[in-house]
Amino acid sequence: MSTFLYCLKSGLLNLKKNLLFSVASTATIAACIFLFCLFFSVFANVRSIAYQAENTIGISVFFNQGVSMEEKDAFRDDIIAHGGVKEINYKSAEEAWEGFKEDYFGDNADELAAAFADDNPLAESDSYEIFMNDISEQQAEVDYIRSFDIVREVNYANSVVDSLNKLNQAIVIVSAAMIGILFAISVFLISNTINLAAHFRKRENEIMKLIGATNGMIRAPFVVEGSFIGLVGTIVPIGLMYVIYRHAEEYISEKLILSDSFNSLKDIISLIPFREILPVMLGVGAVLGVGMGFVVSFVTISKHLKV
Amino acid sequence: MIEFRDVSKTYETGNRALRNITLRIKDGEFVFVVGRSGSGKSTLMKLITRELKATEGRLIVNGNELNTLKPRDIPRYRRGLGVIFQDFRLLNDRNVYENIAFAQRVIGASAGKIRDNVPKILRLTGLSAKYKNMPNQLSGGEQQRVAIARALINQPSVILADEPTGNLDEKNSEEIMNLLYEINAMGTTVIVITHSREIVEASGKRVVVMNKGRIVSDSGEQTTGVEAETVPWEYDYGEGMK
Repeated sequence: MSTFLYCLKSGLLNLKKNLLFSVASTATIAACIFLFCLFFSVFANVRSIAYQAENTIGISVFFNQGVSMEEKDAFRDDIIAHGGVKEINYKSAEEAWEGFKEDYFGDNADELAAAFADDNPLAESDSYEIFMNDISEQQAEVDYIRSFDIVREVNYANSVVDSLNKLNQAIVIVSAAMIGILFAISVFLISNTINLAAHFRKRENEIMKLIGATNGMIRAPFVVEGSFIGLVGTIVPIGLMYVIYRHAEEYISEKLILSDSFNSLKDIISLIPFREILPVMLGVGAVLGVGMGFVVSFVTISKHLKV
Repeated sequence: MIEFRDVSKTYETGNRALRNITLRIKDGEFVFVVGRSGSGKSTLMKLITRELKATEGRLIVNGNELNTLKPRDIPRYRRGLGVIFQDFRLLNDRNVYENIAFAQRVIGASAGKIRDNVPKILRLTGLSAKYKNMPNQLSGGEQQRVAIARALINQPSVILADEPTGNLDEKNSEEIMNLLYEINAMGTTVIVITHSREIVEASGKRVVVMNKGRIVSDSGEQTTGVEAETVPWEYDYGEGMK
């Protein structure tokens, strides 16, 4: 316990003696991890929205005029027999019209719809909504559906999902580049901080070696210092991210989702709960921040241990 | 037992600091090592502390063959040595108690053991009243006492003192030497490198004289070689003699 406390105290004293460099190193790691958290949040949510879009929107199949109900039933049986389908629902023209009124006319639905009287403008728009077990098979299923002569139109979330996936690819590239640069700066700064600390403690280290301290004992205060820099550099940005994320959640749920203009996106746009992305942030933060602080200080101090 | 068997040390620069040293120091002996600057005294000491490795020959200390000692075994070996320097090498940001306790902390001693041992060493070295003082509040002699206390606290079997009185006046030098004699009387082997003719002559202890990397005289043992005959230790201690 005495040894542990000695190492801990010495490491923290190093930080104090070396305050400017310690703060610079911590700030750089914090920036690095904050960027990771930010990009990861966006990435995870875009991916979630894409997934939601694929699952919520599904595949809508519309038929040519004059196709009988028997033919539509046979189509349904064929699709089910083809396999991979999680759910297939028939939406009649009446249901389609009701849904349209609700989505686009809002509170004034009855008033605005009265103009159409009993004339259903979506009379030929009965459809099947198909949801796949594995969303990656959606494109193949669409191609299969298009091979039916009775099918007039197939709508699915392909273009939206493609755009979202492209957005995510861009996020990965940009974030990897920025995090990479900050990572390199962090390594450089931590290494300098530890070198400076080793310089301040040169006499102490020499005495320790001659007294019979092990390399581990001499190294420990520096590793404590590096790890502490990493720890603070991890906790601060994740804490900051939590605050920002909570505000974003509130904004989206209160301002965006509740707005009538975005009513139809209600099922698609919702942020992943912070607790679900927190483990990844903590894990990567621990590796990037504490791990980097530990490894860099460990390696840097090794060259000062030769006596 | 410290035993040099035909030990030589050549630095990477090509400078041959020690040449065929053969020397045996028995447990509990008190030995002065004297010689001019550059005669190889410090190299001899650094070989014993295993800061340096002999390029030829064998060096055996307390049963450890230093040339083949594995790096991971060096810390444990060094715990059997106590090293004292001319410039004291105290930690100026810590008081007397902490400077001494430091030597126990860094080898992983328990807090209880430290609490027991430090006061004993403070009493032995006459520093009990000064344990809260910072190094800059002490005289040179007191600072060297702290350094000796720090070297002693881990109960080494060998004390190596490199010019321990080099920065002290006559009175303090005498006190420090008396303390080293006391420590030796308790059974600890003491090796002192010095330039002080007075101290060496007054001691009546064994004296090893070095010149140009060789032992040219040893009052305790027979030496061989031409220089041993022509440069007896009484003849020349080196440039720094007082």
